[in-house]
Amino acid sequence: MSIRIGIDIGSTTVKVVLLDEQNQLLYHSYERHYSKVREKAAEQLRQVADRLAGREVHAVITGSAGLGVSKASDIPFVQEVYATAAVVQAYIPDADAVIELGGEDAKIIFLTGGLEERMNGSCAGGTGAFIDQMATLLDVSVPELDALCLQHEKIYPIASRCGVFAKSDIQPILNQGGRRADIAASIFQAVVDQTVGGLTQGRELTGKIVFLGGPLTFLTGLRQRFVETLELDAHHAIFPEHAECYAAIGAALCAGDKAPVLFEDMLRRLEESVEDVGPTDIMEPLFASADEYEAFKRRHGAAAPEPVDAENYHGAAYLGIDAGSTTTKLVLITPDGGILYSYYGSNKGSPVTIVLEELKKLRTFCGDRIAIAASAVTGYGEDLMRHAFSIDAGLVETVAHYRAARHFNPRVDFIIDIGGQDMKCFKIRGGAVDSILLNEACSSGCGSFIETFAKALDYDIADFATLGILDQTPTNLGSRCTVFMNSSVKQAQKEGAGVESISAGLSLSIVKNAIYKVVRAASADDLGRHIVVQGGTFLNDAVLRGFEQEIGREVTRPTIAGLMGAYGAALAAKDLDPGISGNLLDLSALEAFTHTANPSACKACTNRCSLTVNTFDGGRRFLSGNRCSVPLGGEKGGEPNLMAYKYQSLRAMTGRGDGTGMRGTIGIPFGLNMYENLPFWYAFFTKLNFEIVLSPESSRDLYVKGQRTIPSDTVCYPAKLLHGHVEHLIDMGVDAIFYPCMSYNFDEGKGDNHFNCPVVAYYPELLRANIARLDGVKYIDTYFGLHRPKGLEKVASAYFLSEFNIPKKETASAIRAAYQAYEQYRQDIRAEGAKAIRYAREHGKRILVVAGRPYHIDPEINHGLDEMITSFGLVLITEDAIDHLVGPEKRRVLNQWTYHARIYDAARYVCTQPDMQLLQLVSFGCGLDAICTDEVRDILERSGKLYTQIKIDDISNLGTARIRIRSLIAAAEYLDGGAL
Amino acid sequence: MAELIYDKDGRLLFTKEMKREYTLLMPTMLPVTFTLMKKLLELDGYKIDLLETTHRGIVDTGLKYVHNDTCYPALLVIGQLMEAINSGQYDKRKIALMISQTGGGCRASNYIHLLRKALEKAGLDYVPVVSINMSGLEKNPGFSFNVRTVRRLVPAMIYGDILVHLANQCRPYEKTLGETDKQIDRWTNHLVDLFSKGRGLRKKEMQTVMTAIAAGFAEIPLEQIDRPLVGVVGEIYVKFAPLGNNNLEDFLLSEGCETIVPGLTDFLLFKIDNRIEDVDLYGGRYLKKKLAQFLKSYIESLQQCMINAVKTQPNFRVMEPFSALKSGVAGYLGYGNKMGEGWLLTAEMIELIHAGITNIVCTQPFGCLPNHIVGKGMIRKLKDDFPDSNIVAIDYDPGATKINQENRIKLMLSNAGRRAV
Repeated sequence: MSIRIGIDIGSTTVKVVLLDEQNQLLYHSYERHYSKVREKAAEQLRQVADRLAGREVHAVITGSAGLGVSKASDIPFVQEVYATAAVVQAYIPDADAVIELGGEDAKIIFLTGGLEERMNGSCAGGTGAFIDQMATLLDVSVPELDALCLQHEKIYPIASRCGVFAKSDIQPILNQGGRRADIAASIFQAVVDQTVGGLTQGRELTGKIVFLGGPLTFLTGLRQRFVETLELDAHHAIFPEHAECYAAIGAALCAGDKAPVLFEDMLRRLEESVEDVGPTDIMEPLFASADEYEAFKRRHGAAAPEPVDAENYHGAAYLGIDAGSTTTKLVLITPDGGILYSYYGSNKGSPVTIVLEELKKLRTFCGDRIAIAASAVTGYGEDLMRHAFSIDAGLVETVAHYRAARHFNPRVDFIIDIGGQDMKCFKIRGGAVDSILLNEACSSGCGSFIETFAKALDYDIADFATLGILDQTPTNLGSRCTVFMNSSVKQAQKEGAGVESISAGLSLSIVKNAIYKVVRAASADDLGRHIVVQGGTFLNDAVLRGFEQEIGREVTRPTIAGLMGAYGAALAAKDLDPGISGNLLDLSALEAFTHTANPSACKACTNRCSLTVNTFDGGRRFLSGNRCSVPLGGEKGGEPNLMAYKYQSLRAMTGRGDGTGMRGTIGIPFGLNMYENLPFWYAFFTKLNFEIVLSPESSRDLYVKGQRTIPSDTVCYPAKLLHGHVEHLIDMGVDAIFYPCMSYNFDEGKGDNHFNCPVVAYYPELLRANIARLDGVKYIDTYFGLHRPKGLEKVASAYFLSEFNIPKKETASAIRAAYQAYEQYRQDIRAEGAKAIRYAREHGKRILVVAGRPYHIDPEINHGLDEMITSFGLVLITEDAIDHLVGPEKRRVLNQWTYHARIYDAARYVCTQPDMQLLQLVSFGCGLDAICTDEVRDILERSGKLYTQIKIDDISNLGTARIRIRSLIAAAEYLDGGAL
Repeated sequence: MAELIYDKDGRLLFTKEMKREYTLLMPTMLPVTFTLMKKLLELDGYKIDLLETTHRGIVDTGLKYVHNDTCYPALLVIGQLMEAINSGQYDKRKIALMISQTGGGCRASNYIHLLRKALEKAGLDYVPVVSINMSGLEKNPGFSFNVRTVRRLVPAMIYGDILVHLANQCRPYEKTLGETDKQIDRWTNHLVDLFSKGRGLRKKEMQTVMTAIAAGFAEIPLEQIDRPLVGVVGEIYVKFAPLGNNNLEDFLLSEGCETIVPGLTDFLLFKIDNRIEDVDLYGGRYLKKKLAQFLKSYIESLQQCMINAVKTQPNFRVMEPFSALKSGVAGYLGYGNKMGEGWLLTAEMIELIHAGITNIVCTQPFGCLPNHIVGKGMIRKLKDDFPDSNIVAIDYDPGATKINQENRIKLMLSNAGRRAV
């Protein structure tokens, strides 16, 4: 046998190895390819050209980006997981499993007990790429991130599903002063959780585990997190030498049976395949000519603030700060809006330091000639900054942006702001902010996406963006979220698209994302006639042009597009009461300013919020991360909160009730439809003298307990929680676990049908098939239909006779009692709702109807949203307290789900009540809600109501929820005649 | 010019006048079967255009008009229809759209409403939409969907199934490329000819014709080579429609596989069976159940004709009757599991595995709710019970790239290769 060559072309790197006949490694290389895939592979092969000149070799290509190269060059291909399994079996024959992390792939291979491989699905973000992205966020290199991790003290919970989610979790921690070492460790922990949770899918990772791939080779901190999480000792955690090249070695091992070729021929084929392909899917160029671009620049240059002679200005000035998620903006204006001083910069992971430096510079600049009469702050870091620097007022981002936009176009009716990580769009209706659309957690590509991409391709962001402007063949990359776009870019590169075309394509993707994914507009008129675009991302002319092209209309982009939030805050500061403003720290106070942030955990309730205690000079303190006012010394539950009321009522449904409990214990998992049906089943079983045992309250720990058996990583979080609930019931040793399948819900006569969603309906069967331990338990997942009382009486009677030997009559009467008890429960909710409404009206409070699924009242699912809402002084009621107050009405969608029917009716009732607004909760990944949300929006907007939606997931941060609720309050106040 | 007439809920009706003047646009799901159905409907006096477009513009149009979190098939079907309307090929005042409606607890029942919303959004609310369903939803004076229609469309579906079933067994082994497609064309033409004479729709005739079809396919000269067998199951649209699954069958063919795709007949039987099971599980009208049982046994008898016909040619693999599928899934899912493809999807995987086809691609739209349970949710148990099973779940959506999907399928095929050794 002659020399074998393995070429592993991954998403970010190329690895080449040479093996001799004894499987000895003669050569290995590992390099980033910056998407010059073929060139890099050929370059590495040329390094060994002398050694192999004139010799016959066996070569095999592997890797996620290798298939195209293999086809074009006619060098055989082996799937990379297959290659990896081959090498591990050859070198470490007693290994039980392999964990391999690559640039964008994560894989687990189970070797013993049935060979099985798992790769990350199309939804799980990259892993190496994810770490890169997070390092960028913290403004450190990847090795520095690794070093930071080793000094951690605590770990924050960070959503582990994909990069975008994690980012939204990290940002607030950063902005509120969390320690960077802790964040670094939390990032690595998220990678571990993602790999273990997402890929094991029901199989346990035990025995001897081999760790492979670049990140696991080079990052000690990441290794440590894996070893600790999986509780491995040194004998069971194997980090082999050349782990980064293992797939390539595997490819070489597989090459033995491939036809030999002359080395030069192979190299030539590889090199020649480079020019083979052209981009397949291209779009219209942004500009046909350089002249057209010049005219475009002139037009947009016109929307500028009033000119002012900053150096010689004397008098009053107003300060606005926008403490954004990735950048900090600061503007000082004259009373007529001229800009005296401005700052725009990345907050480099420590926004307080940045603002401190800028304020010192600003105070020095002002000296005695300019007096800062008032100041206001907006953005993610609003609360922290306000406390740190004694700023006069804080305002929600949407309102700040509207203030600024109105200054440049008084007739503005639509604003779209694309910043580093957020996309905000909203309409202006009757002078108030309306229809706020924020990018949902799944599509927050935005500006920082291009930035990360520019870095990945080794470009500076500004250069990268301009590259695309005059490109004549922009690549069509589609309009989905960041993670998906990563693979689209990968594919385009493979098809030979140049960097220019990709740059233009990325800019256009952001535009499409905004228009079709966030705004979901079919035409320009859907947006508005007077559109103002802003945010740092619109300073990119390619994005701006793409936007105008896509909607077919010219828009206003102020020259200070990146500063609009701060500018709006400054304008708002101008309107403040002079009596209470002007408190900003002066220069001497700024010089003495100190800030330390310490993590702590609140123990006041089960939410266990991660708090950050910020201490400033002179003992001033500010607590961040809390959801309610308890840790600040406040009281829990001031305003009526129907979500909490319902939750407590349901949790109380445990034990024997009025029965004796003599028939044994029935365990009920406290999740999904049990949040609606528990009153029914509780009455039913206690009447039959069973004792009800509820699974514990949902928590992160409970989720983790059941995580291994979740077969579908894209199912909604409420469903995923069920695994932990059932596992816990098994541990408790109940006599039977009752979790029936239910295609149908109660028939409330509201709609065309009364289905449950498919996940709610059949999850019991999924649990049976995936939780092996259920085999030893009496697990009742039979079908019951609550929609036909007579039928249920019959079916249940027969079932409980055969399974529990209960006389049919007894069961039938228990069913009847259960219907009564359920009806009573519904009445009770309605009465409690009516009481809350009365309270609100007596005390002049606004009422917020939170409409969602019954299980959205689970604090682990809503992350304490209800407490946040009531902390703003709103009275909270739920949809099922008011949906009976309107008669049935035909909907324009098939109204066939019981829970949705309630929401439609509740929305219709809200339309008739001036002091009510509605907030819709939807679960991430719920396809049914896609239908429901549009309809609810229609109902509300037709009656001039505001539509607000919050998508909830396993991300525990309420940042975007806060913006929405505050904007809702501000708009509602304005519509009632208040000032904006 | 046909007058626009609305029903009491404000739904635009497809009138008799429209039947004469309008062209009905129909999205394709199964090319062979839908061509036959189209021909049959045309014999009833409808003008029908079957949309077979597959370019990227369809996805973009879909994204523009449909909520992006809606399932991918809805996005494609609506994108395809909207794109056709705006293509300039049609007089917008003289077209109507056809779309199927399943009436179950899944998102799919809402396609028609999403389509109407899209039309409204595009200012095309004068275009009528015709629902094809068996649940008695939405009736139209100009479109009759009755016993007669069923008795014509069901045979078309059975013919489609047998053609696809046989063609899949020949195509990868052809000595002369294109022979299989020639047979499909030959029989499609023959059937249309029969239909136009009012023939080929009775059971007895069907038996004769299908036996002839099987003999026809058996004439195709085939290579004697071993090819990996790959079953395809999944959400009905992405499973069947090349537009939905990025030409999955072509890809598998290019990888040297023989593809087995369980037919449409079982799906229809499954939907009818649900009605019978519902009455057993929850109570309900005896008459309804009887009616469903009658319809089911009629279709089952036609399915049996198809099986008999395939059996006449010993070289062809025979499909299992619906009753075998149903009994095979016992112990995995209850018969009440009926949303989307319900227990049928798992049953099809089990049928394939029993037949020795252990390599399976399970296709679904990204985030498909029923498939969380009946697809991905059952793979582990199947693996436990059948250690040889080699199933890969593939998600389809506007952002998923073909390369990613193909890479995962290739992994499954590598495993298939390793097992074969």
